[in-house]
Amino acid sequence: MSKIPLQFRHNGRDVAIFVDGGTNLLVALRELIGDMTPKFGCGQGGCGTCSVLIDGELHLSCLTLAETVAGRSVETLDGMKQGPNLHPLQRAFADNFAAQCGYCTPGMLMAAKALLDRNPSPSRDEVIEAISGNICRCTGYEPIINAILAAAGGRVSA
Amino acid sequence: MAVTVKTFASASEAAGALSSDRSARYLGGGTLVMRALNEGDVAISTVVRAQDQALTRIDASGPRITLGAGVTFARILADRDLGFLHAPARSIGGPAVRNMGTVGGNLFAPNPYGDFTVALLALDATVAVAGAFGARDIGVEEFLQARDRQPGTLVLSISCTRPVSSEAFRYRKIARIKPKGGSVITLAAHLPISGGRIAGARIALGSMAPTQIRARAAERALEGRSLDAATIAAAASAATEGTSPPDNALGSAWYRREIVGVHLRRLLSGQE
Repeated sequence: MSKIPLQFRHNGRDVAIFVDGGTNLLVALRELIGDMTPKFGCGQGGCGTCSVLIDGELHLSCLTLAETVAGRSVETLDGMKQGPNLHPLQRAFADNFAAQCGYCTPGMLMAAKALLDRNPSPSRDEVIEAISGNICRCTGYEPIINAILAAAGGRVSA
Repeated sequence: MAVTVKTFASASEAAGALSSDRSARYLGGGTLVMRALNEGDVAISTVVRAQDQALTRIDASGPRITLGAGVTFARILADRDLGFLHAPARSIGGPAVRNMGTVGGNLFAPNPYGDFTVALLALDATVAVAGAFGARDIGVEEFLQARDRQPGTLVLSISCTRPVSSEAFRYRKIARIKPKGGSVITLAAHLPISGGRIAGARIALGSMAPTQIRARAAERALEGRSLDAATIAAAASAATEGTSPPDNALGSAWYRREIVGVHLRRLLSGQE
């Protein structure tokens, strides 16, 4: 079966790859582009660890047909750090012990970024709602919620 | 296994491709079809897409609203004219699923999903479909009964009449995880009041049968009566009639039968 050419913007950089029909965006990012920050969790839309931003909107990359992002902008955790500095959200996650095993962290950070990009000072309930599609089996969520609130409150230096 | 992806400019071309290939599935937001592909569903060999703007149109200006099949739940939540549909839209998934999942796809979502369709069933929505025999409108109840026998049908849009007041349309989803989780049961009620009495009651239930169903015995208990405690009790006790709930990880069939009347009573009496 022939491959499909696909071009899109990946963390601000234009990329061009060939995908098989039916390939999901997560596989394209990890196996064809080498961006290992989005993780495979459930493949069903239940866990959220594959979350990425497509044109600034939170999407599950494992449920996104790769060729639907042609010409669009895809942001992953790999594009979040600012040069040698961590993004304020990453700093806040580290300072607030929001990552234990770390497997959910890429998705949590993208969900948090999607929230703060459109609502810079969310309430606690809005943070809970924003990460409600992301499962964490270690932290019990409280440190993650606190980290996002801390990043929003600007109490963490970038 | 690689599949063939066919992308069309118009919905009618996509409908033609869908009706001529039994192993083709229409890709909307991806939350059902991509999931099936990720699980290695060999029954799907072709994925059909349409980039037709008509499929993502919202017409919410008048008393009758129309949602293109490709309208996402996030867009419904962003539209102030669609306030009566915000509760069912918000009850689905997390933000990413709401950015992806569509009202058309929700018509095909199996238990414990398909909550938005419960609301559409209570609102007596009409589904516009395109198939091998051209486009036509059918009631959502008839659509759900025939759904699994008509795999080649493409949903174009869904329309319903706006309820006259927020009291006239009520929705409740019972989930084990808040604010996100699959449905233990889902209930929606449309209760138009005429001269102090209910005229045209429609009660819809999710996760109480293989597809979303109407609780007709409960509707009969409400019809022509005022919404008082005795009427509500009669409707609640009739809620299980005609149901065949599933056993799954979220709840047993027995449990669902036990609680459906309790939640219908709470819904009808306006309790949180």
